[in-house]
Amino acid sequence: MKILNEIKFTFPADGRNESLARTVVSAFSAQLDPSAAEIGEIKTAVSEAVTNCIVHAYRGTSGKVEITVRALEGNILYIKIHDSGCGIPDIEQAMEPLYTSAPEEERAGLGFAVMESFMDKVTVRSIVGKGTTVTMKRKILSAQNDT
Amino acid sequence: MPVIIDTEENTVIARLSGEIDHHSAKSLRDDIDLAIDRHHPKQLVLDFDGVTFMDSSGIGLVMGRYKSIKPYGGSIIIENTGAQIKKVMRLAGLDRLAVIK
Repeated sequence: MKILNEIKFTFPADGRNESLARTVVSAFSAQLDPSAAEIGEIKTAVSEAVTNCIVHAYRGTSGKVEITVRALEGNILYIKIHDSGCGIPDIEQAMEPLYTSAPEEERAGLGFAVMESFMDKVTVRSIVGKGTTVTMKRKILSAQNDT
Repeated sequence: MPVIIDTEENTVIARLSGEIDHHSAKSLRDDIDLAIDRHHPKQLVLDFDGVTFMDSSGIGLVMGRYKSIKPYGGSIIIENTGAQIKKVMRLAGLDRLAVIK
């Protein structure tokens, strides 16, 4: 699919940057004319993915999160969130709703479930010890649907 | 100030504001738990009127407070949630733990 526009940004996996990351993606998505509901859902999905990098990938350590955002032909928003953290040994289990490896931090185990319900397509690739890449796609319908 | 806490008889009311994510949830959790420990309320009201964004960290926050209030026989009432927040709560089946208004 043809890439119409693209940005990349990298930031330390620090909780303070959760808000920054979703705000940047939401600002980029404005060119696709999303509705307020679509913006809210995109921000939530990004927030979940970035939180996973901080809470899980770099647990107790530090590292960088790299985000690529693209506007694709057909008014599709593409988001890739990459970390070089610990990796996920069992992706299927990690994506199971309510499964969490961090209950003591009050994680609900819903990160991937939220991403999957708010985006059209979510793909997770992970290598233990190397890192994880989450890619998400969402066709932006139009702000005209806003009520 | 991300949360203002009021107490009335057997009720603790937490008026949340701003964005609830993993980063901000921690201080909200500490502030609300402090009020629960102090007042042992029968009811906890979480007012989301001022909340502009919430991800699944907010679900963890509500589930955790359910655990905090349970020893006192307490229940949770969630008020003034916007459409995006309601969607996340519904996804989590939070209506089984709390009354969502």
